[in-house]
Order: sequence, then structure tokens, then C-alpha cells
Amino acid sequence: MTRTARGVTLSIVLAVALVVAVLLSAMVGQLPVTPAEIVGSLLRGAGIPNGWAPTDQIVESTLWVVRFPRIVMGLAVGAALAVAGSVMQAIFGNPLAEPGVVGVSSGAALGAAAAIVFGVTALGSWSIALFAFVGGLLATLLVYFVSRANGRTEVVTLLLTGIAINAFAGAGLAFLLFVGDTASREQITFWQLGSLNGSLWREVGIVAPIMVVGLVAAVLLGRQYDLLALGERNARHLGVNVEALRIGSIVLVALLTGVAVAFCGIIAFVGLVVPHVIRMAIGPSHRPLIIASAVGGGALISFADLIARTVVPGADLPIGMLTSLIGGPFFFYLLFRQRRRSGGWA
Amino acid sequence: MSAGKPTDAGVAIVASGVGVVIDGRAIVSDVAIEIRSGEVLALVGPNGAGKSTLLGVLSGDVRPTHGSVLIAGRDIRSLRHLELARLRSVLTQENQVSFPFTVNEVVEMGRSPWMKTAERENDAAAIEAAIRATDIAHLGERRYTSLSGGEKARVSLARVLAQAAGTVFLDEPTAALDLRHQEDVMRTARALAAEGRAVVVVVHDLSLAGAYADRVALIADGRLESTGTPLEVLTAERVERVYGLPVEVIITNNRPVILPVRGASGA
Repeated sequence: MTRTARGVTLSIVLAVALVVAVLLSAMVGQLPVTPAEIVGSLLRGAGIPNGWAPTDQIVESTLWVVRFPRIVMGLAVGAALAVAGSVMQAIFGNPLAEPGVVGVSSGAALGAAAAIVFGVTALGSWSIALFAFVGGLLATLLVYFVSRANGRTEVVTLLLTGIAINAFAGAGLAFLLFVGDTASREQITFWQLGSLNGSLWREVGIVAPIMVVGLVAAVLLGRQYDLLALGERNARHLGVNVEALRIGSIVLVALLTGVAVAFCGIIAFVGLVVPHVIRMAIGPSHRPLIIASAVGGGALISFADLIARTVVPGADLPIGMLTSLIGGPFFFYLLFRQRRRSGGWA
Repeated sequence: MSAGKPTDAGVAIVASGVGVVIDGRAIVSDVAIEIRSGEVLALVGPNGAGKSTLLGVLSGDVRPTHGSVLIAGRDIRSLRHLELARLRSVLTQENQVSFPFTVNEVVEMGRSPWMKTAERENDAAAIEAAIRATDIAHLGERRYTSLSGGEKARVSLARVLAQAAGTVFLDEPTAALDLRHQEDVMRTARALAAEGRAVVVVVHDLSLAGAYADRVALIADGRLESTGTPLEVLTAERVERVYGLPVEVIITNNRPVILPVRGASGA
């Protein structure tokens, strides 16, 4: 199959997966809702009166107050993390770079936890997001400058830097857990595990626009990321302002990861697994890769969240635990494959 | 490829008083050199003589500590990355690609400086010519990462040719290649010059430089030892002195062939 044909197939698969994920997420739960009621309710929400719309006020509010914001949040966070992963892999020139693995997520979580414990509310609900962004940005900058040498990233250094940052952020979180009051502790624990539970439209209103802006920026930079795959010098010879691209991309990664972590905690491996699978399907060209990763990331998080809240009746499992459960073994597989191929870790 | 070609067969690059000092050590000192459109200039010299650094200065990668470089009449440091990419292309020694792009995709990347310009019309023609010149048509849909060293070198050369810049820098383009492809690359360099481009090529094989270059620049200890035609520069006396090795120069077809003197002492 040619790459174009694979691209068309992948688009159809992703579109179907996304619609199924959204529909199922809206239907399944303590209060089952029929597909007709969902479509009817959505149409009524759009100002079109129809016969399908649920007459029961409880169904209506279950959809609009609980399930819809959670679904939209899942799509936005999944897309943000997958795009952040693709961008990170592009600037590191390495498919193993991922916000969770190299410590950007835990840097962001540390920032968010600091905002909670010290009660920073100067900017309202943006405060936590801002702190998460700053934490994520510092972590990304650190990883980048420590693990880059002569225009290349050694895998060992990249992963070791990740270990160091994760350890440091873990210590920071432990300290904040120690000094925080009971309410802060609960919130921080939630951050470490990651969950979409209790998503509010107000929060969606922050995450979704930032995700969209980040996605558009990443797509616009897509061709430059392609050239960057030739190496920094060659990219420069082809007219890419590598320094500017690098700094801009680091900010982009921190922004996307920070905003996702600020409201949903650490959901690791989405940025690793999704771009990797899509690259295998349609090749490494960054524009299609980034767009498909956004859709794929959204669909993956929707499915994962559906499992998280239904697999144990009456309980809401942390979604971060679930993605790590899938992502961990997948990461092992990637490492072993790379070692077998290149005979080393570099 | 009109826009990439210099308008008249004049001087493509002028370097004057160029010096590069790194950590207090002079890597390149006081080099003045002109690179003319329509000629192949071979940059030769022993390992560590400063060839790569000089190439970096001439191509705008390395900012010289002293002196200046003009490309197409403008100070190379005043140009934006994209402007420079339309004036010169560079084949580097290191040509790794991080993700499994296909050969066709890699060659197409050579056209990216011309995106959003009228030159786009020539994309297909430039890519086709580059693929033909480097003999890689059969590799088209292969993944770059799966190619052999020699194939990678030829694909990278094709990308550089597709860029269709007025000045082409080739840093040891023959290093990974077998005999036939070495000759092919040097013939390609000659063909580029025949189109009116300026070609600067770093080679270690002095006979290869002697056979294909219009002019040879011999670098020793960061200084320009000598410039001129291959016959003028590559004399037995000079090569012996610079490389510290006795050589014999045989002249065939008015071109020098340089051979190390082996076993002369009977050892």
C-alpha cells in the first residue's frame, strides 16, 4: 500500500475511532443514555428543536454537566499530549522523546502542586496552568540543553536526564505533600495519577483553546521539522533558522504539556505511543503526522477514560495509571527494537 | 533553474583576510580567496589543516574572527538563512536522517528554500535532474535509513543538487563511494560548473582533485599555501613539503597524478 493510500485509510480509521469513542463515552455510565438522545440533545444544544432530545432533566444534565465536558477535556488533553510528543521527537530527532518520559510532565506537575500548596490564585483558574507551564518549560529547557551535544541527542543522556528530572520533581512533590494541608495533599495525589474526573467547562475553556493554538503552530512548523530530520547543519543550509525553531518548539511543548497536566495530572506515554504508531502507518512527514497524532491522541484518551471509569463498577480509576500500564511495555518494546537495530543505545 | 544561477559568469564568493581563532588557537589565518562561477575549485590539504573550517566560513556556517566573506556581492553575515539557502548549497560529511523518510522525500527537501517563490515551477525538473545525475532513480521509495553508506551519500548529493544554488560546496563527497561513483560525483561537479555554477569541493585524493578541478587551493596549517591550476599547485616538491611524504607526480593528459613513493629505500 502506498503512503497516500495508507493516509486515507488511517484518516478513516481515526475518524471512526473518534466518533465511536465520543458516542460510547456519552452513552455508558451509571445512567445509560441512548445514541438518539445524545444526538437529539446535541442538536437542541445547537438550537435545533427535535423529537429525539431527552425529556428527562437528569439525562440532560448528566450529559451537559458531567459527560460532555469530560469528553471534550479528554479530546483536548489527548491531542495536546500527542502533539507535544511529536514536536519533542522532531526537535530531539529521536522517537523516544516524550514529555512524560523525559520529565516535562513531572516538572509541570511540580509547578501545579506548588501553586496549590502555596495557594496562588492571583490569576484565578489560570494560576495553576501558568505554574504548570513554567515548571514544564524549565524541565524542557533543562532536558534539551543537557542532552544535546554537537547537534545530536544521545538516547542514554536523554533518558538519564529524564530520570534525574523525574527524581527531582518527585522529591519536590513529596516535600509539597509533606508541608501541604489535607486538601492540598489530595489534590496533589490526584495530579500524580492523572484523571479526567470532575472536568468543568470552565477548565475546558482554558485547555481547548491552548491545544488548538499549539496544534496550528505545530502544523505550520511541520515542514521545518521535516528538514530538521536531516540534522541541524543541513536544516540550516536549507534556510531553517534552527535556533529560533528550537526555542519556539520548546515553549510549544511546555505550553501543551503544562496545560494538559494543570487540569488532568500526569498522563504519560500518550505522546510516545500515538506519534509512533502513526509514523509506522503513514511515514514521518510532520504535517500529516501532527494532525493525525492530535486526532489519535484524542481518541486514545477517550477510550482510556471510558475504561477508567467503567471497568470497576462505581469507581473512577486514574487514567494516568491506565496509560502507563499500556505505555510502559510499549516503551520497552521500542528500546529493545532500537537496540537490536543499531546495536547500541545511541 | 534560472533564479539559482548567477546572472553573469563572474565572482561568486570573495573572502578577504579571513581568520578563525578558536580557544586562542588560529585554525585559519589570513586567507584571501575568490571563487568564480563556472569553475571547480578543489580544496586540498592534510588532515587538520583547516579545510573544513575554511569551508564553513565560505559557506556561512562559521563566523570568522577576522576578515569578511561576500557572496553574490553581499556580506554573508547580513543574509537571512533563507536568502543564503537560495545562494549556496552544502553537502556535509555527516548525513544522518532521524526518521525513516523515503529517498524521494529527502531529495524533495532540497527544494524547500524555493517554496513560495516562482522557482517552484522548476521543482519537478530540478529533482529529476538531480536524481539522474546521482544514479538513484531505483531507490525512490526506499527508506533513507535503510540505505548503505554509499547510497546515502548519493541521495544527499541529489538533495544538494536539487537545491539548485549558484554556489555548491561539497565536503568530501567521494569519501564513502566506490571508484565509479567517485568519478561520477566529480563529473557531476564539472557539469555544475558547466551550467555556470561555482563549485567548491574538498577532496583528499590529490589525483582526483588534479583530474577534475579548474583550480586547486592547497591549505597547510590554516594558511593558503598555494592556489592555481592543478599543474601549478600540485608539484612533487610542494606536496612532499606539505604532507611530509615523498611523492612522484606523473603528468597524463596535462593533468597531474600524485603517487606516494613506496619502498624507495628498498625496505
